[in-house]
Amino acid sequence: MARIAWSPLTFYRKFSLGDAILLIILIAFIYAISSLNFYYTRPEQTLSFDLSPSKLPLYSLFSLLRMFFAYCLSFLFTIVYGYTAAYNKRLEKILVPLLDILQSIPVLSFLPPVFMGVLSLFPNSRIGLEITSIILIFTGQAWNMVFSFYHSLISIPRELREAADITGLNKWQRFWHLELPFSAIGLLWNSMMSVAGGWFFLMACEMFTLMNQNFLLPGLGSYLSLASLRGDVAHILWGLGALITLIVLLDQLVWRPLSSWVQKFKVEFTEAEETSESTVLLWYRRSRILSFLGGRVLGPLSEKLDSYFRAREKKKVPETRSPFWVKLRNAIFLTLLIFLLFYGFWGLFSLFLKLPLSSWGRIFLSALATLARVASAVLIGLLWTLPVGVKIGTTPRLARILQPIVQIVASVPATALFPVVLLLLINLAGGLNLASILLMLLGTQWYLLFNIIAGATSIPKDLLEAASILRLKKWDLWRNLIFPGIFPYLVTGGITAMGGAFNASIVSEYIVYGGKVIKTVGLGALITEATSSGNNALLAAATVTMALMVVLINRIFWKRLFKLSEERYT
Amino acid sequence: MKLLRLENITVSFTFPEGEVDVLDNVNFYLDEGEILALLGPSGSGKSTILRVIAGLIRPKIGKVIYKGQELKGINPGVSMVFQNFALFPWLTVLENVELGLKGMGLPPQVRKEKALKAIDLIGLDGFENAYPKELSGGMKQRVGFARALVMEPDILLLDEPFSALDVLTAENLRNDLIELWIEDKIPTKAIILVTHSIEEAIYLADRVLLLSKDPGRIIREIKVELPHWRDKKSKEFLELVDQTYGLLTGKPLEKIPFRERKPSLLPKVSVGSITGLIELVHDLNGTADLYKLGEDLLMDVEDLLPIVEASEILGLAEVQKGDFLLTEAGKKFAEADVLERKELFKELALEKVLPLKQILRVLQSKSNHKVPRTFFLDLLRKRMSPQDAEQQLDILIDWARYAEIFEYDDDRDELFLPEVAVPKD
Repeated sequence: MARIAWSPLTFYRKFSLGDAILLIILIAFIYAISSLNFYYTRPEQTLSFDLSPSKLPLYSLFSLLRMFFAYCLSFLFTIVYGYTAAYNKRLEKILVPLLDILQSIPVLSFLPPVFMGVLSLFPNSRIGLEITSIILIFTGQAWNMVFSFYHSLISIPRELREAADITGLNKWQRFWHLELPFSAIGLLWNSMMSVAGGWFFLMACEMFTLMNQNFLLPGLGSYLSLASLRGDVAHILWGLGALITLIVLLDQLVWRPLSSWVQKFKVEFTEAEETSESTVLLWYRRSRILSFLGGRVLGPLSEKLDSYFRAREKKKVPETRSPFWVKLRNAIFLTLLIFLLFYGFWGLFSLFLKLPLSSWGRIFLSALATLARVASAVLIGLLWTLPVGVKIGTTPRLARILQPIVQIVASVPATALFPVVLLLLINLAGGLNLASILLMLLGTQWYLLFNIIAGATSIPKDLLEAASILRLKKWDLWRNLIFPGIFPYLVTGGITAMGGAFNASIVSEYIVYGGKVIKTVGLGALITEATSSGNNALLAAATVTMALMVVLINRIFWKRLFKLSEERYT
Repeated sequence: MKLLRLENITVSFTFPEGEVDVLDNVNFYLDEGEILALLGPSGSGKSTILRVIAGLIRPKIGKVIYKGQELKGINPGVSMVFQNFALFPWLTVLENVELGLKGMGLPPQVRKEKALKAIDLIGLDGFENAYPKELSGGMKQRVGFARALVMEPDILLLDEPFSALDVLTAENLRNDLIELWIEDKIPTKAIILVTHSIEEAIYLADRVLLLSKDPGRIIREIKVELPHWRDKKSKEFLELVDQTYGLLTGKPLEKIPFRERKPSLLPKVSVGSITGLIELVHDLNGTADLYKLGEDLLMDVEDLLPIVEASEILGLAEVQKGDFLLTEAGKKFAEADVLERKELFKELALEKVLPLKQILRVLQSKSNHKVPRTFFLDLLRKRMSPQDAEQQLDILIDWARYAEIFEYDDDRDELFLPEVAVPKD
């Protein structure tokens, strides 16, 4: 192969659309960071900022940047936590259930401890506020990613592990060549869910009230919050437009190409019939910048790192650490962890003691109200997603047309729509009490729909044909084929939807709109209220109640259904 | 000095229900320049032996001595070819082969050169940039061989490398391996092959170790002194195969210290396969050479042996010197019609299979003739491992259902007698 001589002209000609996109993204990032910097230098605190639409691109970039950092944090956390849970048998027993609990704690409940912690490190500075916001977003993102990574790690086929061991790959190489690639598909899918969740809570993470003090960071979420606080419909719509544009762009430029590229890591040993293609991925593949980075920077760098870690591991080979020291280390670690857990429990308990009995009664009533709302939201969701999802899933033509549309519609965070929906609903009978059900529904129905579509698609074609030859009545068809076929997917969708609905209660039961607080009886409202008024005892009690409720329902209700579906319908 | 030596290797796996011995006091050696085959039914721990040699599994007792040194950790002198290829699906053929060298820390150019050479050697040139999923099974296993050979191991470990391939592809690859071996195209000093195909073992190996199962023990060593290339149709070859077959079916030709297998375990076989085999042999005048039978049916020992065993347990047939002979009962069974056959099966099963009789008695003695599955499971667990108990009960239920001895309700997890079965709600 003859190399083409270097000249600006050939470079220009070789410059692909992918390069252009990358350069634009790069410039936007640099611009956003430098603007952030500019804004850090003016530490005055006001609860208002310029709502003119021309500022929207910059605000979008700010939010995107926060999201990016939060995602990086989630990713790092995922790797460390997942790795530890998968490879340390003893810690696994604590870490995995702990994850279950963490996942069921709503974002806002993390606010006071995070805020206190960060503020003590960065007193009186905007950086502290930024970090708080980023950590808040992180607390809504990380858990399901960890679950996915942990699960991938423990399900790596034995032969692949053995092959890696026999070829003498060190830990570093094993991570890059086996563990990360094997987890890639699940991790990406969960990353997309997490980031979508991040958009959902963006408004809550960029503008929050804590101990009767308002905090605000310029961004798309706070733009929407502020506009809705003022009841300013025009600006709500501007913000909404910007958010949708951002999400569609992100979907097209990042997620779509990534999910197409990540197919490469599918562990299947025969060629799949069709794989989703992305034009943008093709542009990236032809990109000069990326190929330069891959060939000249990342390649040599990874070689360097490989040999660095090999040398380190070589040094360690004469294993001097006797089992005694290993045991001691583990014991110390475990004691520390248990101590921390106990300390946490003790702290909670002493908080609880401060709470008057009447508050407990209120929590109980609120819990029932929220539970009823969540259940109705999931049921209403099922009512329309079940027939529609099955129809789409069993009609390939329909699926091809509707799938992309549904995906985009679903990716618009429901919280951003809340102000608009509220406008229409608030004057109806029942007020927020009923409207919040609709708000939860808006946020969680997609989990159901996507899972039902996936389930219906997985029903074997020949069984459907056999059913039509047997002239099964509609009811019999559903009972004997469709329902059993989608059942496992239905359970998965149900768990996710319910968890999501509980989390959404904090933004749908307590809303500030047009300068007024609109709230209803519910755990979510209680949590939001306790956060903003700084009532930590109430916040802790309500949070624990919610976490307990979610975990219990998962354990008692969903786990059983899940087991049933595994035994009966697979 | 032997290249490799295994001394008193005992391996046990821990399950939630308890510890199960997989290998029991295994001793053998490996010389330079030989191909050693480990032959045995599934459950004989032959793959476990390979993993002990590779250092992937630590034995509970005993040691592996490689080049005079006790092995600690991964064996530096081996590489392995896996039954299901164990290729990394996200790497190309070239990258997969290069992976074998990554752990050694060679510079990229050297890695690539060596990998390309190995790919050439194994006949994969042209496919360097293909992904595993684009390749046929045979080509995939060639990648597996290339990845193992590129490491230039002293000992090549082959874990049933041909068993996932179709007959012709497997034959082709076996011959390519022999060619590389006898023409010294690879620096490998010895090969250990795990297989359950007698013919494959005799065709490739210089020495064959026979293993028994539950737990795995070495029961016999067979020397194959035929020169390569071996003729599968030759008298000597067929005799060796026949002899091995007889040894594996547990009816020794001569006096061999053959440890009895646990008597109460039924092989996992459906009644349909037993009927099929009995009918087939009846059509062959009531007797058949086991090895030929397996060959005609394109079945491995692994698949045929359990059926043979089940026929023996039921008293439908017996094995003598590698021949499968129908008994009187067997002949009657073959000639009977469907209903008579059930009746006969019921008689024989109740007579020969003690647990069936026990279950029937228990069911008869209960007033509602219903007993939960767990009851019998607990009974069986006293005599065997929990996994075995599960499997045994499943087999018992399957046989009993066919013979209409008792019934089983999967929804309620109950065994019951059909005459008094209450109608379901």
